[in-house]
Amino acid sequence: MLLEVEGLDVRYGRTHAVRAVSLSVGQDEVVTVLGANGAGKTSLLRALQGMVPAAGGQIRFDGVDITRMSPPQRLQRHLALVPEGRQIIISLSVHENLLMGAYCRHDAGVSRDVDGIYDRFPNLAARRDMPASVLSGGEQQMLAISRALLAKPRLMMLDEPSLGLSPLLVERLFGLLGSLRDEGLAILLVEQNTQMALEVASRGLVMELGNVVLEGSADALRHNDRLAAAYLGHAAPAAGPVSPPATPPSSNGRA
Amino acid sequence: MSGYATGIVAILCINLIFAYAIFVTAAAGQLNLGGAGFQAIGAYTAAWLSSNAGQPVIVTIPLAMVTTALIGFLISFPVLRTRGVYMVLATFAFGQFVSGFLLRSPTFGGAIGMVVSDYVGVGLLVAAAIITTGLVFFLMASRLGLAIRSIHDDEPVSTIMGVNVRAVQVTTFTIGGALAGLSGALYAHHFSFVEAQYFNSLLSIYVLLFVLIGGTQTAWGPLVGSLFFTLLPEVLRVGGSWRYVVFGVAIVAMMVLRPQGIVTRELVSRLSPRNWFGSRPAPAARLADGG
Repeated sequence: MLLEVEGLDVRYGRTHAVRAVSLSVGQDEVVTVLGANGAGKTSLLRALQGMVPAAGGQIRFDGVDITRMSPPQRLQRHLALVPEGRQIIISLSVHENLLMGAYCRHDAGVSRDVDGIYDRFPNLAARRDMPASVLSGGEQQMLAISRALLAKPRLMMLDEPSLGLSPLLVERLFGLLGSLRDEGLAILLVEQNTQMALEVASRGLVMELGNVVLEGSADALRHNDRLAAAYLGHAAPAAGPVSPPATPPSSNGRA
Repeated sequence: MSGYATGIVAILCINLIFAYAIFVTAAAGQLNLGGAGFQAIGAYTAAWLSSNAGQPVIVTIPLAMVTTALIGFLISFPVLRTRGVYMVLATFAFGQFVSGFLLRSPTFGGAIGMVVSDYVGVGLLVAAAIITTGLVFFLMASRLGLAIRSIHDDEPVSTIMGVNVRAVQVTTFTIGGALAGLSGALYAHHFSFVEAQYFNSLLSIYVLLFVLIGGTQTAWGPLVGSLFFTLLPEVLRVGGSWRYVVFGVAIVAMMVLRPQGIVTRELVSRLSPRNWFGSRPAPAARLADGG
Protein backbone atom coordinates (compact mmCIF):
# COMPACT_ATOMS: atom_id res chain seq x y z
CA MET A 1 0.00 0.00 0.00
CA LEU A 2 1.23 3.50 -0.85
CA LEU A 3 -0.49 5.28 2.04
CA GLU A 4 -1.36 3.50 5.26
CA VAL A 5 -3.06 5.33 8.10
CA GLU A 6 -3.64 3.61 11.41
CA GLY A 7 -5.73 4.96 14.26
CA LEU A 8 -5.17 8.61 13.34
CA ASP A 9 -6.43 11.17 15.88
CA VAL A 10 -6.66 14.93 15.35
CA ARG A 11 -7.60 17.27 18.16
CA TYR A 12 -8.08 21.02 18.24
CA GLY A 13 -7.98 21.72 21.96
CA ARG A 14 -10.97 19.87 23.33
CA THR A 15 -12.49 19.16 19.95
CA HIS A 16 -11.77 15.64 18.77
CA ALA A 17 -12.02 16.19 15.01
CA VAL A 18 -10.69 12.84 13.76
CA ARG A 19 -11.15 9.71 15.89
CA ALA A 20 -8.94 6.69 15.31
CA VAL A 21 -9.32 6.73 11.53
CA SER A 22 -7.59 3.97 9.58
CA LEU A 23 -7.42 3.90 5.81
CA SER A 24 -5.14 2.89 2.99
CA VAL A 25 -4.58 3.91 -0.61
CA GLY A 26 -2.76 1.61 -3.03
CA GLN A 27 -0.64 2.46 -6.08
CA ASP A 28 -2.82 3.87 -8.89
CA GLU A 29 -5.97 3.59 -6.82
CA VAL A 30 -8.60 6.26 -6.18
CA VAL A 31 -10.11 6.26 -2.71
CA THR A 32 -12.79 8.74 -1.73
CA VAL A 33 -13.71 10.04 1.71
CA LEU A 34 -17.33 11.11 1.92
CA GLY A 35 -19.31 12.83 4.62
CA ALA A 36 -21.21 15.96 5.57
CA ASN A 37 -19.71 19.27 6.66
CA GLY A 38 -17.88 18.94 9.95
CA ALA A 39 -17.36 15.19 9.62
CA GLY A 40 -13.60 15.65 9.92
CA LYS A 41 -12.65 15.12 6.28
CA THR A 42 -10.63 18.31 5.91
CA SER A 43 -8.94 17.74 9.28
CA LEU A 44 -7.98 14.27 8.08
CA LEU A 45 -6.30 15.68 4.94
CA ARG A 46 -4.62 18.47 6.91
CA ALA A 47 -3.13 15.88 9.25
CA LEU A 48 -2.02 13.73 6.32
CA GLN A 49 -0.24 16.74 4.78
CA GLY A 50 1.19 17.74 8.17
CA MET A 51 -0.56 21.10 8.54
CA VAL A 52 -1.97 19.93 11.88
CA PRO A 53 -0.14 17.49 14.11
CA ALA A 54 -1.49 13.99 14.64
CA ALA A 55 -2.60 13.58 18.25
CA GLY A 56 -2.26 9.82 17.91
CA GLY A 57 -1.84 7.03 15.40
CA GLN A 58 0.56 6.50 12.56
CA ILE A 59 0.84 7.62 8.93
CA ARG A 60 3.05 5.56 6.63
CA PHE A 61 3.77 6.66 3.08
CA ASP A 62 5.63 4.36 0.74
CA GLY A 63 6.71 2.27 3.70
CA VAL A 64 8.16 5.22 5.66
CA ASP A 65 6.68 6.64 8.86
CA ILE A 66 5.88 10.29 8.02
CA THR A 67 3.72 11.01 11.09
CA ARG A 68 6.15 13.60 12.47
CA MET A 69 7.37 15.09 9.19
CA SER A 70 6.76 18.71 8.14
CA PRO A 71 4.58 19.48 5.10
CA PRO A 72 7.62 20.32 2.90
CA GLN A 73 9.23 16.98 3.84
CA ARG A 74 6.06 15.10 2.94
CA LEU A 75 5.84 16.97 -0.35
CA GLN A 76 9.41 15.96 -1.18
CA ARG A 77 8.33 12.37 -0.69
CA HIS A 78 5.72 13.09 -3.40
CA LEU A 79 2.60 13.43 -1.28
CA ALA A 80 0.73 16.51 -2.58
CA LEU A 81 -2.43 18.29 -1.46
CA VAL A 82 -4.88 20.38 -3.48
CA PRO A 83 -6.41 22.38 -0.63
CA GLU A 84 -10.05 23.28 -0.16
CA GLY A 85 -11.12 26.41 -1.99
CA ARG A 86 -8.15 26.05 -4.41
CA GLN A 87 -5.96 28.52 -2.53
CA ILE A 88 -4.01 29.74 -5.49
CA ILE A 89 -1.70 32.66 -4.79
CA ILE A 90 -3.62 35.51 -6.34
CA SER A 91 -0.93 38.17 -6.62
CA LEU A 92 1.47 35.84 -8.43
CA SER A 93 1.03 35.23 -12.14
CA VAL A 94 -0.31 31.93 -13.46
CA HIS A 95 3.21 30.93 -14.46
CA GLU A 96 4.64 31.82 -11.03
CA ASN A 97 1.91 29.78 -9.35
CA LEU A 98 3.00 26.79 -11.42
CA LEU A 99 6.63 27.40 -10.47
CA MET A 100 5.55 27.43 -6.82
CA GLY A 101 4.10 23.97 -7.40
CA ALA A 102 7.56 22.77 -8.41
CA TYR A 103 9.24 24.67 -5.54
CA CYS A 104 10.10 21.47 -3.70
CA ARG A 105 11.91 20.06 -6.75
CA HIS A 106 15.56 20.54 -7.60
CA ASP A 107 15.74 18.66 -10.89
CA ALA A 108 16.16 20.10 -14.37
CA GLY A 109 12.84 18.87 -15.73
CA VAL A 110 10.66 21.64 -14.29
CA SER A 111 10.35 23.80 -17.40
CA ARG A 112 9.55 20.75 -19.55
CA ASP A 113 6.84 19.71 -17.08
CA VAL A 114 5.42 23.24 -16.99
CA ASP A 115 5.22 23.16 -20.79
CA GLY A 116 3.42 19.84 -20.46
CA ILE A 117 0.84 21.51 -18.22
CA TYR A 118 0.36 24.31 -20.78
CA ASP A 119 -0.22 21.70 -23.48
CA ARG A 120 -2.80 20.02 -21.32
CA PHE A 121 -4.56 23.24 -20.28
CA PRO A 122 -4.42 25.80 -23.13
CA ASN A 123 -6.48 28.19 -21.01
CA LEU A 124 -3.64 28.46 -18.54
CA ALA A 125 -1.13 28.98 -21.35
CA ALA A 126 -3.22 31.87 -22.66
CA ARG A 127 -3.08 33.56 -19.26
CA ARG A 128 0.52 32.67 -18.47
CA ASP A 129 1.65 36.14 -17.37
CA MET A 130 -1.61 37.42 -15.90
CA PRO A 131 -2.21 37.55 -12.16
CA ALA A 132 -3.94 34.36 -11.08
CA SER A 133 -6.78 36.46 -9.65
CA VAL A 134 -8.21 36.99 -13.16
CA LEU A 135 -8.89 33.26 -13.64
CA SER A 136 -12.42 31.89 -13.51
CA GLY A 137 -13.35 29.36 -10.84
CA GLY A 138 -12.83 26.44 -13.19
CA GLU A 139 -9.48 27.74 -14.37
CA GLN A 140 -8.38 28.29 -10.77
CA GLN A 141 -9.16 24.66 -10.00
CA MET A 142 -7.17 23.56 -13.07
CA LEU A 143 -4.29 25.74 -11.84
CA ALA A 144 -4.50 24.28 -8.32
CA ILE A 145 -4.41 20.72 -9.68
CA SER A 146 -1.64 21.56 -12.16
CA ARG A 147 0.38 23.11 -9.34
CA ALA A 148 0.06 19.92 -7.31
CA LEU A 149 0.97 17.81 -10.38
CA LEU A 150 4.22 19.78 -10.79
CA ALA A 151 5.38 18.43 -7.43
CA LYS A 152 5.43 15.04 -9.24
CA PRO A 153 3.13 13.43 -6.68
CA ARG A 154 2.73 9.71 -6.27
CA LEU A 155 -0.41 10.39 -4.26
CA MET A 156 -2.53 13.48 -4.78
CA MET A 157 -5.03 14.44 -2.10
CA LEU A 158 -7.88 16.73 -3.12
CA ASP A 159 -10.16 18.54 -0.69
CA GLU A 160 -13.59 19.09 -2.24
CA PRO A 161 -12.37 20.09 -5.67
CA SER A 162 -15.91 20.36 -7.06
CA LEU A 163 -16.97 23.01 -4.53
CA GLY A 164 -18.46 26.04 -6.23
CA LEU A 165 -18.12 24.74 -9.80
CA SER A 166 -20.97 24.62 -12.31
CA PRO A 167 -22.28 21.13 -13.20
CA LEU A 168 -20.50 21.25 -16.56
CA LEU A 169 -17.18 22.07 -14.91
CA VAL A 170 -17.73 19.39 -12.25
CA GLU A 171 -18.21 16.91 -15.09
CA ARG A 172 -14.96 18.08 -16.66
CA LEU A 173 -13.11 18.00 -13.33
CA PHE A 174 -14.02 14.39 -12.70
CA GLY A 175 -13.08 13.57 -16.28
CA LEU A 176 -9.63 14.96 -15.51
CA LEU A 177 -9.37 12.97 -12.27
CA GLY A 178 -10.35 9.83 -14.19
CA SER A 179 -7.61 10.38 -16.77
CA LEU A 180 -5.04 11.09 -14.05
CA ARG A 181 -6.08 7.81 -12.44
CA ASP A 182 -5.66 6.04 -15.78
CA GLU A 183 -2.17 7.56 -16.06
CA GLY A 184 -1.29 5.80 -12.81
CA LEU A 185 -1.68 8.54 -10.19
CA ALA A 186 -3.01 7.46 -6.80
CA ILE A 187 -5.71 9.83 -5.52
CA LEU A 188 -7.33 10.39 -2.13
CA LEU A 189 -10.43 12.40 -2.85
CA VAL A 190 -12.52 14.17 -0.21
CA GLU A 191 -15.89 15.07 -1.65
CA GLN A 192 -19.46 16.00 -0.88
CA ASN A 193 -20.47 15.20 -4.43
CA THR A 194 -20.97 11.54 -3.52
CA GLN A 195 -22.25 10.35 -6.87
CA MET A 196 -19.41 11.72 -8.96
CA ALA A 197 -16.80 10.70 -6.40
CA LEU A 198 -17.99 7.08 -6.39
CA GLU A 199 -17.85 6.97 -10.17
CA VAL A 200 -14.14 7.79 -10.27
CA ALA A 201 -13.13 5.93 -7.09
CA SER A 202 -12.69 2.21 -6.58
CA ARG A 203 -13.23 2.35 -2.82
CA GLY A 204 -14.77 4.78 -0.39
CA LEU A 205 -15.13 5.67 3.28
CA VAL A 206 -17.91 7.62 4.93
CA MET A 207 -17.09 9.81 7.91
CA GLU A 208 -19.45 11.12 10.55
CA LEU A 209 -18.34 13.23 13.54
CA GLY A 210 -14.73 12.18 13.12
CA ASN A 211 -15.39 8.45 12.81
CA VAL A 212 -15.39 6.20 9.80
CA VAL A 213 -18.94 4.80 9.84
CA LEU A 214 -19.01 3.00 6.54
CA GLU A 215 -16.40 1.55 4.24
CA GLY A 216 -16.47 -0.50 1.10
CA SER A 217 -16.06 -0.73 -2.65
CA ALA A 218 -17.48 2.11 -4.70
CA ASP A 219 -20.14 -0.23 -6.10
CA ALA A 220 -21.32 -1.34 -2.70
CA LEU A 221 -21.43 2.22 -1.40
CA ARG A 222 -23.31 3.45 -4.44
CA HIS A 223 -26.10 1.06 -3.61
CA ASN A 224 -25.96 1.49 0.14
CA ASP A 225 -29.24 2.74 1.56
CA ARG A 226 -27.78 4.51 4.53
CA LEU A 227 -25.49 6.53 2.26
CA ALA A 228 -28.25 7.08 -0.24
CA ALA A 229 -30.59 8.38 2.43
CA ALA A 230 -27.98 10.66 3.94
CA TYR A 231 -26.21 12.06 0.90
CA LEU A 232 -27.93 11.21 -2.32
CA GLY A 233 -31.07 13.02 -1.37
CA HIS A 234 -33.73 10.38 -1.81
CA ALA A 235 -35.43 8.10 0.68
CA ALA A 236 -34.24 4.53 0.49
CA PRO A 237 -36.47 1.51 0.72
CA ALA A 238 -36.00 -0.48 3.91
CA ALA A 239 -33.32 -3.07 3.30
CA GLY A 240 -30.12 -4.58 4.66
CA PRO A 241 -26.72 -2.91 4.80
CA VAL A 242 -25.96 -3.50 1.13
CA SER A 243 -29.12 -3.66 -0.88
CA PRO A 244 -29.52 -4.89 -4.43
CA PRO A 245 -29.39 -2.19 -7.09
CA ALA A 246 -32.45 -0.05 -6.52
CA THR A 247 -33.45 2.85 -8.72
CA PRO A 248 -30.20 4.55 -9.66
CA PRO A 249 -29.96 7.98 -8.05
CA SER A 250 -30.79 10.55 -10.66
CA SER A 251 -30.47 13.85 -8.86
CA ASN A 252 -27.27 15.84 -8.59
CA GLY A 253 -25.34 14.29 -5.72
CA ARG A 254 -25.47 17.28 -3.42
CA ALA A 255 -27.08 16.59 -0.06
CA MET B 1 27.76 69.40 -8.24
CA SER B 2 26.98 71.94 -5.50
CA GLY B 3 27.34 70.95 -1.87
CA TYR B 4 23.57 71.06 -1.49
CA ALA B 5 22.96 68.70 -4.41
CA THR B 6 25.72 66.35 -3.24
CA GLY B 7 24.17 66.22 0.21
CA ILE B 8 20.78 65.30 -1.25
CA VAL B 9 22.25 62.60 -3.51
CA ALA B 10 24.17 61.15 -0.54
CA ILE B 11 21.13 60.99 1.73
CA LEU B 12 19.04 59.61 -1.15
CA CYS B 13 21.53 56.75 -1.66
CA ILE B 14 21.63 55.98 2.07
CA ASN B 15 17.83 56.12 2.32
CA LEU B 16 17.47 53.87 -0.71
CA ILE B 17 19.72 51.14 0.71
CA PHE B 18 17.97 51.53 4.07
CA ALA B 19 14.57 51.25 2.36
CA TYR B 20 15.64 48.03 0.63
CA ALA B 21 16.68 46.66 4.03
CA ILE B 22 13.14 47.15 5.32
CA PHE B 23 11.59 46.12 1.99
CA VAL B 24 13.18 42.66 1.96
CA THR B 25 11.41 41.76 5.22
CA ALA B 26 8.21 43.61 4.30
CA ALA B 27 8.04 41.70 0.99
CA ALA B 28 7.76 38.51 3.05
CA GLY B 29 4.96 40.11 5.11
CA GLN B 30 7.03 41.21 8.12
CA LEU B 31 6.92 44.82 9.27
CA ASN B 32 10.11 46.10 10.89
CA LEU B 33 9.68 49.34 12.82
CA GLY B 34 13.14 49.08 14.35
CA GLY B 35 15.08 49.96 11.20
CA ALA B 36 16.93 52.85 12.85
CA GLY B 37 18.29 50.42 15.46
CA PHE B 38 19.87 48.24 12.76
CA GLN B 39 21.20 51.29 10.93
CA ALA B 40 22.63 52.68 14.18
CA ILE B 41 24.46 49.43 14.92
CA GLY B 42 25.97 49.49 11.42
CA ALA B 43 26.97 53.14 11.75
CA TYR B 44 28.51 52.74 15.22
CA THR B 45 30.32 49.51 14.31
CA ALA B 46 31.93 51.26 11.34
CA ALA B 47 32.64 54.39 13.41
CA TRP B 48 34.25 52.45 16.25
CA LEU B 49 36.35 50.26 13.93
CA SER B 50 37.48 53.30 12.00
CA SER B 51 38.26 55.70 14.86
CA ASN B 52 39.23 53.40 17.74
CA ALA B 53 40.70 50.40 15.93
CA GLY B 54 42.11 52.35 12.98
CA GLN B 55 40.66 49.97 10.39
CA PRO B 56 40.27 51.06 6.74
CA VAL B 57 36.89 51.40 5.03
CA ILE B 58 37.39 48.08 3.21
CA VAL B 59 37.23 46.40 6.64
CA THR B 60 34.76 48.60 8.53
CA ILE B 61 31.89 48.43 6.03
CA PRO B 62 31.86 44.63 5.58
CA LEU B 63 32.26 44.09 9.32
CA ALA B 64 29.39 46.48 10.02
CA MET B 65 27.24 44.47 7.59
CA VAL B 66 28.22 41.16 9.16
CA THR B 67 27.38 42.51 12.63
CA THR B 68 23.93 43.76 11.67
CA ALA B 69 23.24 40.62 9.63
CA LEU B 70 24.04 38.52 12.69
CA ILE B 71 21.82 40.70 14.88
CA GLY B 72 19.05 40.50 12.28
CA PHE B 73 19.41 36.72 12.30
CA LEU B 74 19.31 36.47 16.11
CA ILE B 75 16.51 38.99 16.61
CA SER B 76 14.34 37.23 14.00
CA PHE B 77 13.73 34.24 16.29
CA PRO B 78 11.93 36.10 19.10
CA VAL B 79 10.38 38.61 16.66
CA LEU B 80 8.92 35.90 14.39
CA ARG B 81 7.02 34.52 17.35
CA THR B 82 4.87 37.65 17.15
CA ARG B 83 2.46 38.71 14.43
CA GLY B 84 0.98 41.86 12.91
CA VAL B 85 0.89 44.83 15.24
CA TYR B 86 2.80 42.90 17.92
CA MET B 87 5.67 42.36 15.53
CA VAL B 88 5.68 46.09 14.79
CA LEU B 89 5.85 46.77 18.55
CA ALA B 90 8.60 44.20 19.14
CA THR B 91 10.83 45.63 16.42
CA PHE B 92 10.04 49.17 17.63
CA ALA B 93 11.18 48.18 21.12
CA PHE B 94 14.41 46.83 19.64
CA GLY B 95 15.09 50.17 17.91
CA GLN B 96 14.40 52.09 21.11
CA PHE B 97 16.68 49.77 23.07
CA VAL B 98 19.57 50.32 20.64
CA SER B 99 19.35 54.13 20.64
CA GLY B 100 18.93 54.17 24.43
CA PHE B 101 21.95 51.92 24.85
CA LEU B 102 24.13 54.03 22.55
CA LEU B 103 23.05 57.24 24.29
CA ARG B 104 24.26 55.89 27.64
CA SER B 105 27.36 54.01 26.53
CA PRO B 106 30.66 55.83 27.15
CA THR B 107 32.45 53.48 24.71
CA PHE B 108 30.41 54.95 21.87
CA GLY B 109 30.60 58.57 22.99
CA GLY B 110 27.19 58.71 24.70
CA ALA B 111 25.14 61.78 23.80
CA ILE B 112 28.19 63.50 22.31
CA GLY B 113 28.47 60.98 19.48
CA MET B 114 31.56 59.82 17.61
CA VAL B 115 33.79 61.33 14.97
CA VAL B 116 34.57 58.94 12.12
CA SER B 117 38.09 59.25 10.74
CA ASP B 118 37.83 57.79 7.23
CA TYR B 119 35.72 59.65 4.66
CA VAL B 120 33.78 58.03 1.85
CA GLY B 121 32.75 60.17 -1.10
CA VAL B 122 29.36 60.37 -2.78
CA GLY B 123 30.64 58.29 -5.72
CA LEU B 124 30.93 55.17 -3.57
CA LEU B 125 27.48 55.84 -2.10
CA VAL B 126 25.95 55.98 -5.57
CA ALA B 127 27.78 52.79 -6.57
CA ALA B 128 26.59 51.00 -3.40
CA ALA B 129 23.01 52.15 -4.01
CA ILE B 130 23.08 50.91 -7.62
CA ILE B 131 24.58 47.55 -6.64
CA THR B 132 22.04 47.11 -3.81
CA THR B 133 19.17 47.95 -6.15
CA GLY B 134 20.45 45.43 -8.69
CA LEU B 135 20.86 42.73 -6.07
CA VAL B 136 17.38 43.23 -4.65
CA PHE B 137 15.86 43.07 -8.15
CA PHE B 138 17.82 39.87 -8.74
CA LEU B 139 16.70 38.47 -5.36
CA MET B 140 13.04 39.16 -6.08
CA ALA B 141 13.30 37.42 -9.46
CA SER B 142 14.97 34.36 -7.95
CA ARG B 143 13.50 31.21 -6.47
CA LEU B 144 13.86 32.74 -2.98
CA GLY B 145 12.09 35.87 -4.23
CA LEU B 146 9.20 33.71 -5.47
CA ALA B 147 8.95 32.12 -2.02
CA ILE B 148 9.09 35.58 -0.38
CA ARG B 149 6.20 36.88 -2.49
CA SER B 150 4.25 33.70 -1.97
CA ILE B 151 4.62 33.98 1.82
CA HIS B 152 3.51 37.61 1.64
CA ASP B 153 0.27 36.41 0.08
CA ASP B 154 -0.45 33.22 1.96
CA GLU B 155 1.74 31.48 4.53
CA PRO B 156 -0.27 28.22 4.86
CA VAL B 157 -0.43 27.66 1.10
CA SER B 158 3.29 28.39 0.78
CA THR B 159 3.87 25.64 3.34
CA ILE B 160 1.73 23.25 1.29
CA MET B 161 3.91 24.11 -1.73
CA GLY B 162 6.95 23.00 0.24
CA VAL B 163 8.31 26.39 1.34
CA ASN B 164 10.02 26.40 4.73
CA VAL B 165 8.29 29.63 5.76
CA ARG B 166 10.29 30.18 8.93
CA ALA B 167 13.65 29.69 7.17
CA VAL B 168 12.70 32.21 4.47
CA GLN B 169 11.60 34.77 7.07
CA VAL B 170 14.81 34.36 9.06
CA THR B 171 16.76 34.82 5.80
CA THR B 172 14.93 38.04 4.97
CA PHE B 173 15.62 39.44 8.43
CA THR B 174 19.31 38.57 7.99
CA ILE B 175 19.55 40.16 4.53
CA GLY B 176 17.61 43.18 5.82
CA GLY B 177 20.03 43.48 8.75
CA ALA B 178 23.03 43.42 6.41
CA LEU B 179 21.57 46.13 4.15
CA ALA B 180 20.59 48.34 7.09
CA GLY B 181 24.16 47.94 8.40
CA LEU B 182 25.54 48.95 5.00
CA SER B 183 23.40 52.09 4.94
CA GLY B 184 24.53 52.95 8.49
CA ALA B 185 28.21 52.39 7.75
CA LEU B 186 27.99 54.55 4.61
CA TYR B 187 26.21 57.24 6.62
CA ALA B 188 28.98 57.21 9.26
CA HIS B 189 31.79 57.40 6.73
CA HIS B 190 30.17 60.03 4.52
CA PHE B 191 29.04 62.45 7.22
CA SER B 192 32.12 61.66 9.40
CA PHE B 193 30.05 61.87 12.55
CA VAL B 194 27.45 59.69 14.28
CA GLU B 195 25.17 60.53 17.18
CA ALA B 196 22.52 58.35 18.79
CA GLN B 197 19.84 61.04 18.48
CA TYR B 198 19.86 60.77 14.68
CA PHE B 199 18.78 57.10 14.78
CA ASN B 200 15.46 57.82 16.48
CA SER B 201 12.02 56.29 16.09
CA LEU B 202 11.03 58.94 13.54
CA LEU B 203 13.71 57.57 11.21
CA SER B 204 12.31 54.05 11.62
CA ILE B 205 8.84 55.35 10.83
CA TYR B 206 10.03 57.26 7.77
CA VAL B 207 11.86 54.34 6.25
CA LEU B 208 8.88 52.05 6.79
CA LEU B 209 6.73 54.72 5.10
CA PHE B 210 9.14 54.82 2.10
CA VAL B 211 8.54 51.11 1.69
CA LEU B 212 4.81 50.92 2.40
CA ILE B 213 3.94 53.97 0.28
CA GLY B 214 6.30 52.92 -2.49
CA GLY B 215 4.76 49.44 -2.46
CA THR B 216 5.94 46.06 -1.22
CA GLN B 217 4.94 43.99 -4.25
CA THR B 218 7.95 44.76 -6.44
CA ALA B 219 11.49 46.04 -5.96
CA TRP B 220 10.43 49.26 -7.76
CA GLY B 221 8.43 50.29 -4.68
CA PRO B 222 11.28 51.34 -2.36
CA LEU B 223 13.01 53.10 -5.27
CA VAL B 224 9.95 55.25 -5.97
CA GLY B 225 9.18 55.62 -2.24
CA SER B 226 12.61 56.86 -1.23
CA LEU B 227 12.88 59.20 -4.23
CA PHE B 228 9.49 60.62 -3.39
CA PHE B 229 10.14 61.03 0.33
CA THR B 230 13.69 62.38 -0.01
CA LEU B 231 12.95 64.83 -2.82
CA LEU B 232 9.45 66.05 -1.96
CA PRO B 233 10.49 67.87 1.26
CA GLU B 234 13.29 69.54 -0.71
CA VAL B 235 10.93 70.63 -3.48
CA LEU B 236 8.48 71.92 -0.89
CA ARG B 237 11.24 73.88 0.87
CA VAL B 238 10.15 77.04 -1.03
CA GLY B 239 6.86 76.99 0.88
CA GLY B 240 8.47 77.53 4.31
CA SER B 241 6.99 75.64 7.26
CA TRP B 242 3.82 74.92 5.27
CA ARG B 243 5.81 72.17 3.62
CA TYR B 244 5.20 69.88 6.59
CA VAL B 245 1.47 70.32 6.17
CA VAL B 246 1.63 69.63 2.43
CA PHE B 247 3.90 66.64 3.08
CA GLY B 248 1.46 65.21 5.64
CA VAL B 249 -1.50 65.70 3.33
CA ALA B 250 0.44 64.01 0.51
CA ILE B 251 1.08 60.96 2.73
CA VAL B 252 -2.58 60.69 3.75
CA ALA B 253 -3.68 61.10 0.13
CA MET B 254 -1.30 58.30 -0.95
CA MET B 255 -2.67 55.96 1.68
CA VAL B 256 -6.27 56.68 0.67
CA LEU B 257 -5.71 56.51 -3.08
CA ARG B 258 -3.22 53.63 -3.28
CA PRO B 259 -3.29 51.56 -0.09
CA GLN B 260 -1.19 48.85 -1.78
CA GLY B 261 1.59 51.38 -2.51
CA ILE B 262 2.46 53.54 -5.52
CA VAL B 263 4.05 50.71 -7.52
CA THR B 264 2.12 47.45 -7.84
CA ARG B 265 2.90 44.39 -9.93
CA GLU B 266 -0.02 45.26 -12.15
CA LEU B 267 1.42 48.73 -12.80
CA VAL B 268 4.85 47.31 -13.60
CA SER B 269 3.42 44.80 -16.07
CA ARG B 270 1.30 47.50 -17.71
CA LEU B 271 4.33 49.76 -18.12
CA SER B 272 6.67 47.01 -19.29
CA PRO B 273 7.81 47.41 -22.95
CA ARG B 274 6.53 43.91 -23.79
CA ASN B 275 2.97 45.07 -23.31
CA TRP B 276 3.16 48.30 -25.32
CA PHE B 277 2.00 46.71 -28.53
CA GLY B 278 -1.24 45.14 -27.39
CA SER B 279 -0.19 41.63 -26.38
CA ARG B 280 -3.46 41.04 -24.55
CA PRO B 281 -4.75 37.62 -25.55
CA ALA B 282 -7.58 37.62 -28.05
CA PRO B 283 -11.05 36.78 -26.66
CA ALA B 284 -10.91 33.53 -28.67
CA ALA B 285 -8.24 32.27 -26.29
CA ARG B 286 -10.81 32.15 -23.56
CA LEU B 287 -12.15 28.87 -25.00
CA ALA B 288 -15.27 27.31 -23.66
CA ASP B 289 -14.09 27.10 -20.07
CA GLY B 290 -16.15 29.95 -18.66
CA GLY B 291 -17.69 30.09 -15.23
